[in-house]
Amino acid sequence: MSTSTVLFDIPGPQARRRHRIGSFIGGLVLLALIGLALWRLGVNGQLEPARWAVLFDPNSGVPQTLGNALVRTLQVAAVAMVAATLLGALLAFGRLSDHRWVRMPATAVIEFFRAVPLLILILFCLLYLPTVGLRVGPFGALAIGLTLYNMAVLAEIFRAGILSVDRGQREAASALGMRKSQVMLLVLLPQAVRRMLPVLIAQLVVLLKDSSLGFIVGYFELLRSARSLVEFFNSRFGDLYTFQLYVAAAVIYIVVNLLLSALARFVERRTRRNTKVAATAEVELPADVQMGGGGGAVPV
Amino acid sequence: MSFLADNFALLRDAFLTTLSLAVLSGICALLLGTLLTAMRVSPVKPLRGAATFYVEVFRNTPLTVVFFFLAFGIVEIDLQFPTRFITAVAALSLYTAAFVSEALRSGINSVPPGQAEAARALGLGFRQTLTSIVLPQAFRTVVPPLGNVWIALAKNTSIAAGFAVTELAAALVRLSNENADQLLTVFLAIVAAYLVITLPSAWLIGVIERRTAILR
Repeated sequence: MSTSTVLFDIPGPQARRRHRIGSFIGGLVLLALIGLALWRLGVNGQLEPARWAVLFDPNSGVPQTLGNALVRTLQVAAVAMVAATLLGALLAFGRLSDHRWVRMPATAVIEFFRAVPLLILILFCLLYLPTVGLRVGPFGALAIGLTLYNMAVLAEIFRAGILSVDRGQREAASALGMRKSQVMLLVLLPQAVRRMLPVLIAQLVVLLKDSSLGFIVGYFELLRSARSLVEFFNSRFGDLYTFQLYVAAAVIYIVVNLLLSALARFVERRTRRNTKVAATAEVELPADVQMGGGGGAVPV
Repeated sequence: MSFLADNFALLRDAFLTTLSLAVLSGICALLLGTLLTAMRVSPVKPLRGAATFYVEVFRNTPLTVVFFFLAFGIVEIDLQFPTRFITAVAALSLYTAAFVSEALRSGINSVPPGQAEAARALGLGFRQTLTSIVLPQAFRTVVPPLGNVWIALAKNTSIAAGFAVTELAAALVRLSNENADQLLTVFLAIVAAYLVITLPSAWLIGVIERRTAILR
């Protein structure tokens, strides 16, 4: 059902007036609440320009630190994304294999890593791997954890994409005498990737969001850096810049994520215009995957 | 094994904390998410805008940041949750509600337009159409996605560990600090505890899905 107008009549003049009055009152209440919050902030001295200026003052080191933190966040996300994409593709091939002894382990790996919370995976890498002689720092732990979890999610995305390619393609390729690996790499995968591109980018947003888990394991990504800056300033000037720094970190996260989401929508429009992938049903990432942070479904 | 028996009380409390976090946040998120969905399809434009804004913001904010603000940010406007547990429930509910709303909206879109048209032809208003005709059908079609949201929520509760709530992940950190030699056992126990929540949930969702399925 299109949600536009099926559920209600187009409001007439009287209803429109009621809506206007309601919106006006609602708006006033909202403004009052925002005003109240700002007033409390003001009373606590959080709105003084000097406190916000520190965010943009190169001498304070804050813009550099937050910039570096953003780079580190993007770094760990990029490493995990590349590794997870490659491993995810391999796992998807494994799960689609004709051989039982390849299919079973691949399936088990995918289902296990989707069922365990991401934070537990990261803690496992951080705490357990060093005891068996693998030295991984917070970066390694975060990257490996994100990779393990996301490769399982991406494997399912790839698999769905490959299965959604018309079977005539596979049959035609086989009829031309291609080997199974050629059919997969030259015929099925390119079409599947083009189809799943918006979903892949949406998953990048999820991964970027999940990198904020570095806060808990002590990796200096955005949130952790903001906190360490706060602790640094607190020790020197008292509780001066706490609120401002946290707001800055949150705003950076939201802006970067919104940019990536916009990119995903742009790519989706582009691919939908492309006639080669026409007639593709709209693909959307399941809600549980979008939730990230250890999401992912258990086999049903 | 005796090691697990020794720490049984801690593990049991942690498990119950995780479970109650998930259940309470799940209920709150379901209510808030339904309200948001109703706003998103309502005739009043500002309500639609507000709900869409909420969903977009929370879908693009890391859960950790939401936690962070509720734990450390709102103190600056002289608000504070009574306990860390309630902070965690609030953060999980606010975050999850956005995803519940997304799932429900796709459910509403899958209800045939004829249903709403017939309801309105019978003289039902917007609220009646939504609550007695459209939403009951929408809920049935979104059982699997909502179930996935629930399972993801159960796993997202692990983030509360970073904010001084002693649930399973926090118990994991504490036990592994005290018993470096038993790390693998600790991890297995914690993973098993999560699976105790998620696997029966997955099964139950399947059952509910079959029970409530409607033929179209």
